[in-house]
Amino acid sequence: MTQIELRGVQKFFGEVQVIKDLNLSVADNEFIVLLGQSGCGKTTTLRAIAGLETIDDGDILIDGRPVQTTKASDRDIAFVFQLYALYPHMNVYENIAFPLKATRKSKAEVDKEVRAVAKTLQITHLLDKKPSALSGGDMQRVAIGRALVRRPKALLMDEPIGALDAKLREEMRAEIKRLHMKQGSTTIYVTHDQVEAMSLADRIVVMHEGILQQIGTPQEVYSRPANLFVARFVGSPVMNIAPAAVRETAAGADVTVDGADEGFQFPRQVLADLGAANGVSGKLALGIRPEGVLIERTARAGYLPVEATIIEPLGAYDIVDLKVGAQMLRARTRSGYVGQPGEQVFARIDPAQAHFFDTQSGLALGVGR
Amino acid sequence: MAHIELRRISKRFGSHVALRDLNLSIDDGEFFVLLGETGAGKTTTLRLIAGLERPDSGQVLIDGVDVGSWGAAERDVALVLQQYSLYPRYTVRENLEFPLKSKIRRVEPEEIKERVARAARTLRIEHLMERKTDRLSGGEMQRVSIGRAIVRHPRIFLMDEPLSNLDAKLREALRTELKNLQMTLGATFLFVTHDQIEAMSMGDKIGVLNHGRLVQTGSPQQIYTDPRDTFVASFVGSPPMNLLDGRLVAGRAVMTPLAFELPLGVMPRQAVEGRPLIFGIRPEDVYLESGAPVEGRVHDIENHGVEKILTLRVADTMLRATVPAQTDVAIEEPVRFAWNENKVVLFDQGSGLSLRHAG
Repeated sequence: MTQIELRGVQKFFGEVQVIKDLNLSVADNEFIVLLGQSGCGKTTTLRAIAGLETIDDGDILIDGRPVQTTKASDRDIAFVFQLYALYPHMNVYENIAFPLKATRKSKAEVDKEVRAVAKTLQITHLLDKKPSALSGGDMQRVAIGRALVRRPKALLMDEPIGALDAKLREEMRAEIKRLHMKQGSTTIYVTHDQVEAMSLADRIVVMHEGILQQIGTPQEVYSRPANLFVARFVGSPVMNIAPAAVRETAAGADVTVDGADEGFQFPRQVLADLGAANGVSGKLALGIRPEGVLIERTARAGYLPVEATIIEPLGAYDIVDLKVGAQMLRARTRSGYVGQPGEQVFARIDPAQAHFFDTQSGLALGVGR
Repeated sequence: MAHIELRRISKRFGSHVALRDLNLSIDDGEFFVLLGETGAGKTTTLRLIAGLERPDSGQVLIDGVDVGSWGAAERDVALVLQQYSLYPRYTVRENLEFPLKSKIRRVEPEEIKERVARAARTLRIEHLMERKTDRLSGGEMQRVSIGRAIVRHPRIFLMDEPLSNLDAKLREALRTELKNLQMTLGATFLFVTHDQIEAMSMGDKIGVLNHGRLVQTGSPQQIYTDPRDTFVASFVGSPPMNLLDGRLVAGRAVMTPLAFELPLGVMPRQAVEGRPLIFGIRPEDVYLESGAPVEGRVHDIENHGVEKILTLRVADTMLRATVPAQTDVAIEEPVRFAWNENKVVLFDQGSGLSLRHAG
């Protein structure tokens, strides 16, 4: 049973504030992913929890007890780095057994635990090998084994598979997820890769410039981004963001992107929603993911004529760039649907998938669904 | 604007064969992508066309003229590399002007001004003109490098992994910009990459290189739906095509070792009945359905937001299925699946060749 809590954590490197008033509560057995670009403060946060970094203000609590004065080695937390950090002169068995040396366990007990961990990670056949004889993936398996063998309260991982090639990264990601399901230890995992975050996390913590942007399940972060940063950071191809204006029409409402003659039809409800969110007047951006831009090849009620300027065939589907007023909107279509660049097609925005943002604050206005 | 042809080109470096008997034809105004892994011979091909390497045998023709004896400068091609190779102490404007100020070119000052202005507009770097290049971001530097190529009005643009050093979002944006640029200029582009997404999204045509051999040439759609062999099948597409060993028995694909079987009534049966095959099926053509013929377990879930890519496990066999984002499954959950039998590609297990291509 391990809960981790951060309360009002502040951290400076000289003049630069790298963590700004961070509050985070991690439940027992939870898999939390800290997601952000390099320099966003995610690794510093992780190192502060591990005790490898001090904090300037706030509290870090493990199971309800403040740990700022507790040394890293006494926090009972295991850390896995991107670089494997194995002892090169020891074989795999000795590397995994090493953290148990200080625990006064009998040789038989140590042996039992090392073999149990090795079995879980499927590296029993490598126990006699030296690290130099291992592949990158196997080295990282051993590093994880060494972290798990002393049954730490929590497991912290800093881009553990970032240095591996794409195929191995996928394999290891699956293994880490499965291991977590089996072992059920509280895990905090740092990455800049949004697919990794979406695939592993119970909840994702998106960070940017030392500030927590959003905490939520992968589904929440993807379909209800809290602000423009999260909207752009999660999802590929990136969400379309276009300055837009909303106005009332006979049929309901129109959302017109800048420079366009005509607006996309929306239900009247959007007016009331945006009114309540105070977002009507000229500082509004429409956000729509490519799968929310719907295309037809023939004219249809509620669809606007637009020009398809570029078609990117990606095999399973196409990404089509549409010129709408002064803006470019990218749409996802089934492959080969739009024949030629330059073709006129008809587009609609799915109101259920639309987002609206205040362009000044960057905050989502929480409407459109 | 130019047509490029390579005829029976071979090239060795010491004992290493870089290119074997390469035949390649690139049309005027075409965006051609050479796709292959590191060491496949892509960069060598590019350098041969640029005149920076000489072939051991074979001919390089530009607009029908054998340019074998021409130097790099005479060939009038522009090279854009992964590293930006800009003059760091010069401003963007000076960098763009530089190739035009060379004495052999003799471009009039008025003309220089106009070409630089036009390139800056095309690449949307007008606001950066007076900035020193060491103050630019990676994406901006790469735009300036491309600008330096554009101002020369070369006959051919050769690009060697120009987007590889950029981060994912920027790569995504520059992909469309480059494609747009090529369409605007109407120029012949030869673009080299190891990234199949770049190849698919930008190329009018793709040539897939493997160990110095050109395995297949075709439109992105042809390469994707009708790969010539299992190398192309697994190299193009992300996630790659599922490749399953098996045999065709009485209208059913029976996977070996005997893990499961799926209906396959649409194939010409007689010729391949019983022969060791590889069944190729794209992840988007594998679907989950309650009454489907095979049961597997969910081994992994990769969440892309817009969709999920499931890894399914049947005994020791793994295969991928792309499913809608709303599909609610958990790891280790049993699921039933089938395939779209019209989309199955058959490969010979020995040669790896597609039966459609091998006959």
